[in-house]
Amino acid sequence: MREIDAQSISNKVAEMCENANLYLGDDVLKALKDSYEKEESPTGKEVLKQILQNIDIAGDESIPLCQDTGYAVFFVEWGQEVLLNGGTLDEAINEGVKKGYQEGYLRKSIVKDPVNRDENTGDNTPAVIHTEMVPGDRVTIHFAPKGGGSENMSAVKMLKPSDGVEGIVNFVVEHVKNSGPNPCPPIVVGVGVGGTFDKVAQLAKKALLRPLGEPHPEKFYADLEKRLLEEINKLGIGPQGFGGRTTALAVHVESYPAHIASMPAAVNINCHVSRHQSVTL
Amino acid sequence: MEIKKLTPPLTDDDVMNLKSGDNVLLTGVIYCARDAAHKKLVELMEKGEELPLDLQGQVIYYVGPTPAKPGQAIGSAGPTTSGRMDAYTPQMLEHGMKACIGKGSRSQAVKDALQKHKGVYLASVGGAGALLSKAIKKVEIVAYPELGPEAIQKLEVEDFPATVINDAYGNDLYEEGVKNYRVG
Repeated sequence: MREIDAQSISNKVAEMCENANLYLGDDVLKALKDSYEKEESPTGKEVLKQILQNIDIAGDESIPLCQDTGYAVFFVEWGQEVLLNGGTLDEAINEGVKKGYQEGYLRKSIVKDPVNRDENTGDNTPAVIHTEMVPGDRVTIHFAPKGGGSENMSAVKMLKPSDGVEGIVNFVVEHVKNSGPNPCPPIVVGVGVGGTFDKVAQLAKKALLRPLGEPHPEKFYADLEKRLLEEINKLGIGPQGFGGRTTALAVHVESYPAHIASMPAAVNINCHVSRHQSVTL
Repeated sequence: MEIKKLTPPLTDDDVMNLKSGDNVLLTGVIYCARDAAHKKLVELMEKGEELPLDLQGQVIYYVGPTPAKPGQAIGSAGPTTSGRMDAYTPQMLEHGMKACIGKGSRSQAVKDALQKHKGVYLASVGGAGALLSKAIKKVEIVAYPELGPEAIQKLEVEDFPATVINDAYGNDLYEEGVKNYRVG
């Protein structure tokens, strides 16, 4: 049995928290540069120029890309042949978040009580952690800090099976249209289809972790992603909602088997600062 | 593309000269305030008490920056969602505020108040917090230090970039800009 020390998980998590908030992946950078070349709206082009400048400044001067350094969301794939020493996985991850947000001068954006909101937890914990046991002796941690502005533009709808693929397209496109400038376009759209009420929301979030430009492995869903992207970019919302061709950089769909009576669908949106990092231990 | 330069405090003429879609650069003093500070200011207004700052002609920036590192004036400092301030904005305009900077759409009541009191709503690029922080040269707390990151602060800015969304004539870039590029 392979053994991993909780401290090494914490250190890795702290590093991911800092890096994700300073550097965007090459996938996002490429999508933004392509959009800059293609954008027809002068105001939209100016926005994309500022977004690209922002990425350079953040990396060169170690200033977080966005002041909203997010809710710390993790997806962990834990190999069942691995034993964790020195604490629970949740403790190890939260310890890493605390360290990363403190040492990285990142904003602490979590209030202790969602209704009586006057007390901040002070260290950006607790993280939201989704853990899956997988075969083998490796551990993969995916981290995505999630900003409040784009997270607020999320939706779940329990569609009827008879609504079919058109029902999904209408729901997603209408939702993006109504969100307008609020989620800081150009956006990345995560779509979940299937499962249950809770599962479908998680699928939509998980869809945001996939590298941009990598289509769904099944042709049906890859085609659906393509169609949704085209429909969304016809809306004209454009960079920051000022009008333009680039409303979304990518649409990712994740699916799961559904009950014979249900076809749940969910939308979760990332802003252009589409932060995600993965590490395998 | 023409860029209009603004130096707060703003006059009625400055505001009437701005049209939805204009790009502007602000230089001088602006103030940052978000939810909690707005709530406190509006409570004072309702009681008819004196405000901790003179709002006449002022520009309010909706921002909650990351902590500044040693040697920095401010951390990452992009705009936050303006809709959360909608409930307070008409009273802020009534008390002299001329412009506010944030991101995202405003309520009809805010758009009406901008026309009535001659004000403008500007947006900066949401998610460009590192870039925008470079335009902020100096920061000083002016009221409610107990609110921590939500305190009202005076920001000295140089060529701070923003775009006019809602002008004093009732135009809205979020509606008109989109119409120009919608297909079908």
